[in-house]
Amino acid sequence: MAGTQGEVIAAHGLGFQYAGSTSKALEDVNIVIRQGEFVLLTGPSGCGKTTLCRCLNGLIPNFHPGEMSGELLVDGVSVAAETTSELSRKVGYVFQNPENQLFALTVEKDVAFGPENLGLTREEIRDRVDWAMDAAGTVALKDLAPYELSGGQQQRVALAGVLAMKPSVIVLDEPTSFLDPRTAEEVMAAVDTLRRENGITVIVVEHRLDLVGRYAERIVVMDHGRIVADGKVEDVLDSEFDRLSGLGIGLPKVSVLWSLLKRDGLVSERLPTHVESAVKMLSERLRN
Amino acid sequence: MGENGAGKTTLAKQLNGLLKPTLGRVTVDGDDTTKKSVAQLSRKVGIVFQNPDHLLFSETVREEVGFALKNFGFEPGVVVKQVERTLEALDLAHYADTSPFLLSGGERKRVALAAVLAWEPDYLILDEPTIGQDYQQKERLRNFILQLNSQGKAVVMVTHDVEFVAECNPKVVLMSKGEIVAQGQADEVLSDDGLIEKASLVKPQMAKLFSQLSEFGFPRDVVDVHRAKMLLGEKLSEVRVRVAQSS
Repeated sequence: MAGTQGEVIAAHGLGFQYAGSTSKALEDVNIVIRQGEFVLLTGPSGCGKTTLCRCLNGLIPNFHPGEMSGELLVDGVSVAAETTSELSRKVGYVFQNPENQLFALTVEKDVAFGPENLGLTREEIRDRVDWAMDAAGTVALKDLAPYELSGGQQQRVALAGVLAMKPSVIVLDEPTSFLDPRTAEEVMAAVDTLRRENGITVIVVEHRLDLVGRYAERIVVMDHGRIVADGKVEDVLDSEFDRLSGLGIGLPKVSVLWSLLKRDGLVSERLPTHVESAVKMLSERLRN
Repeated sequence: MGENGAGKTTLAKQLNGLLKPTLGRVTVDGDDTTKKSVAQLSRKVGIVFQNPDHLLFSETVREEVGFALKNFGFEPGVVVKQVERTLEALDLAHYADTSPFLLSGGERKRVALAAVLAWEPDYLILDEPTIGQDYQQKERLRNFILQLNSQGKAVVMVTHDVEFVAECNPKVVLMSKGEIVAQGQADEVLSDDGLIEKASLVKPQMAKLFSQLSEFGFPRDVVDVHRAKMLLGEKLSEVRVRVAQSS
């Protein structure tokens, strides 16, 4: 259930300062995210991306005390009016290190934990667990212990556990960090499919744009607690390239290559964000 | 490099004696690792593991970075100086009196690295050092590694980050299922389809690009952006001249 016109997340002048800190972690953040969007949230280390995510499911200010200012609405309701447990039904959080969120004896028990705590009937729990494990590709792992799994498998189990709560938003905080590139691709593709098939809103925090860029439509860049760029991936990369470079964002190598060629006046098209479009553009030019 | 479960970390742990071989031998500067303690080997071989939280425990960053130095028996004055130097080098000086647990994931990784670099081991082993680091931090790390290497230190990196490896262009050892399946320069190894497949990696973007442009006579072993730019720049200029001449 979304708020005004399908707005799932709406922040107005949101600010936050961690207790004991002398500077603001978030400053005047204004953002609206609509149902079904795939947002890539990026920025240099310490820019506030994880802080912003923690505000979405109530970890801030309930587990990370501090001073919050401005307004943040999730599904049309102010986060100040809801507890973490209420918010966690709307916003699922997959942490960077899956080790930190898996704990049950078997995968199936871990995935069932969330729905069990919602007080659902056994049939409802069964349905949710089956659906979530299937959607995250973990059915084959159901009787294994989480600690026996590889990083990629663990990440998918963490995702299943979050899905079983049927949130309208899923936040993945640097989900590919502990994964090899192949598995990272698979997990990102799976998340995108989930989004398209179920209308789930996805927010991925990631430094490595080349891994997520092809799935995210929208990129939001933060720096020193503020949002400094927000728009379609191709547009932002093309128009803010130098600024993003200056911020230390991990731009896709093809984009970097293109900007170098463009500087020498050898190409004029918009920056490609993946290899395929670069191959196409270069082949056309070189065949002349 | 290699897929998860290939044996990379297992091999890394053999290098400071945390694990001993069941067959064959491992020597460090001629010393058999089965004849020395991990503490003795650690003086020369420092390992920084993937998850900094498995390593950090002190109340402040300063104490964390000085811990090993104290345990190795360095003089207090030397400890203080080494700690200051290391904190500066890793841009952690402003966090010296902060608890490591208040820092972000990427920052905690830097503290773990500092804690090992502090005693300047001759052989530095980094297990997935780029995880959680933003691009600028990776650049700094890369420069740092190159600097250490130029000072005569050996650096061994276990990593999945093909783009980072492409930028460093080191010697690459590829592992799969407990065996070494290839060794060579990064640009050769990472542009080889067969090897990439075997080790469950992905090619760096430049290698992917150039493998699809071979009809234009480009070499395949391109992994570095600047070399790519140079090669493409030449051809594109030629094309421009040809087009200008024919019109």
